[in-house]
Amino acid sequence: MYTLSSKIKLAAIICMVVGAIGLVYGFIAAPDTVEDVEAMMASEHHGEEHATEETHEVNVEQIPGGNTEVDNIEHTEDNEAHATAADHAEAGHGEEASHDAEHMEHILHQLQNKPWAALYVAAFFFFMISLGVLAFYAIQYAAQAGWSPVLFRVMEAITAYVLPGGLIVFVILVLSGLHLNHLFVWMDPEVVAHDEIIQNKTAYLNVPFFLIRAAIYLGGWAFFRHLIVKNSRKMDDATDLSIFTKTFKLSAGFLVFFIVTESMMSWDWIMSLDPHWFSTLFGWFVFASMFVSGITTIAIISIYLKSRGYLEFVNNSHIHDLAKFMFGISIFWTYLWFSQFMLIWYSNIPEEVVYFIQRMNDYPLLFWGMIITNFLFPVLLLMNSDYKRVNWFVVMTGIVILCGHYINVYVLVMPATVGESWFIGVPEISAVLLFGGLFSFIVFNALTKAPLLVKGNPYLKESKHYHY
Amino acid sequence: MASKVLHAIYQDDDLLLQAVKQIREARYHIGEIYCPFPVHGLDKAMGLAPTRLAITAFLYGLVGLSVAVAMMNFIMIEDWPQDIGGKPSFSFLQNMPAFVPIMFELTVFFAAHLMVITFYMRSRLWPFKKAENPDVRTTDDLFLMEVDAANHNIDDLTRFLYDTGASEIRLIDNK
Repeated sequence: MYTLSSKIKLAAIICMVVGAIGLVYGFIAAPDTVEDVEAMMASEHHGEEHATEETHEVNVEQIPGGNTEVDNIEHTEDNEAHATAADHAEAGHGEEASHDAEHMEHILHQLQNKPWAALYVAAFFFFMISLGVLAFYAIQYAAQAGWSPVLFRVMEAITAYVLPGGLIVFVILVLSGLHLNHLFVWMDPEVVAHDEIIQNKTAYLNVPFFLIRAAIYLGGWAFFRHLIVKNSRKMDDATDLSIFTKTFKLSAGFLVFFIVTESMMSWDWIMSLDPHWFSTLFGWFVFASMFVSGITTIAIISIYLKSRGYLEFVNNSHIHDLAKFMFGISIFWTYLWFSQFMLIWYSNIPEEVVYFIQRMNDYPLLFWGMIITNFLFPVLLLMNSDYKRVNWFVVMTGIVILCGHYINVYVLVMPATVGESWFIGVPEISAVLLFGGLFSFIVFNALTKAPLLVKGNPYLKESKHYHY
Repeated sequence: MASKVLHAIYQDDDLLLQAVKQIREARYHIGEIYCPFPVHGLDKAMGLAPTRLAITAFLYGLVGLSVAVAMMNFIMIEDWPQDIGGKPSFSFLQNMPAFVPIMFELTVFFAAHLMVITFYMRSRLWPFKKAENPDVRTTDDLFLMEVDAANHNIDDLTRFLYDTGASEIRLIDNK
């Protein structure tokens, strides 16, 4: 049995508290009004934008009637309806001021989204890890793998985060549905009213159906996870193979359910952030990201537990196998990333390519840096068979892969929610700390719930003597 | 005086592996072992050095990648940078996504083919090569081990091989 070390517990709680404080600060620091944004921008770019500020002030002074500027700001709430040609004709200079106010309004929405998006990215990232592990675990059962049963308890512990992590994501989605944030632009009725493309999608993209779907995915995953893990515990005292056969069928059923719901989940939770854009291999792309992060997490936690002397039956051939998966699925992720990018880049259809133009212009470092962390680094470091057996090599590569896939989720979510106002600052890091702490607390706590070696699995003996 | 070798024939691979261990412990020198199929762990038991074929494949892959990059850069960017369907042929990086499929395929092509050719050369395999087969049964169901007689007592060595489980032992003049 594993006993939760007080150090991990303390570190997890500190992470959660610091993360929560940072997030609260992030929400408080987010601007409430356009004036806040103007003050922030003025203090940030005082030197550079001095000239433009002056002309701006002059324009305001020249506007006939003192209230014009305020009017314009109000108009931009539903600018397309009210900022009519008559308005522009009336006040020639007002047009410029209106444009400026529109811009400020735009920045305001982005900055208000920032802490929400940071929360959402981190919540989804850690949830995705545990979901990826659940898929991997089910594949091990369905494929009747002979090497992995000694790692089953580690995988089970990581999947313990599926339910709480999924609920947190669900709560964020509900809050979005209640219009507490502007993460999903199609949830804003005023935007939809002026957007024919979204109007044509409302049969799928409407809040009640969206939440029902999310509940079905999460409920299904949590339910399958509960059954499979319950069977695994029951198998410990089994005298025959009936429970194993049942779990085998259950895992196969889960995988069918998973691949459908995972694909739809990626449309709902991530692709619908950009409701004008669509891609057919998107579900696979998100899956590859969650799969490789999940496998990496299994490897890191297994190496940690082994170094503490808890997994004496895990040898370096098991680590070698996990590292091979990390290597292979990293390449698979890159293949999907490139397939999606290259097809859109090559055909260059305006309605599709804006997605990448935005990312390439506003997130160049993260967008291209992902190739190094998620492809070049694991490929070059894990290509050598001997290196895959060296624990610190696997851990180091694993940390880089996890950072890379956090950036992947970040670049999926942020351009649609905060646009060019992105920054990896206090709210982003705090959200990672908060969910990282919660994740490790739940996972390591779940490890204490059952012996670290399964019993009654027909492949257990093979797995204990596994050698590659 | 020609050197002599003993050909010991074994009936199965377990016996063979055990014999290899005993013979190496007794400090006799094993020349070649002929098997009808790969015996897992035989190279380790014989103490053979690990293959470096994978390293050569990696280097060949780098050669293939360089060939692809140099070729595409020269043809598409330097020699005749035409506007083909609006693709940006101003610099290699700008048009790189279009070259990646070729870069990938040539990397794999060079790595695979040059590695195979390296394997053939290192193992001295080619068409019309005279088969080096001391006993035709080794391609079907028997395992043959060549042990150097050197200056050991032939009778002792024969007895020792017999004790390791050899079913036939023959003294051969090594040409």
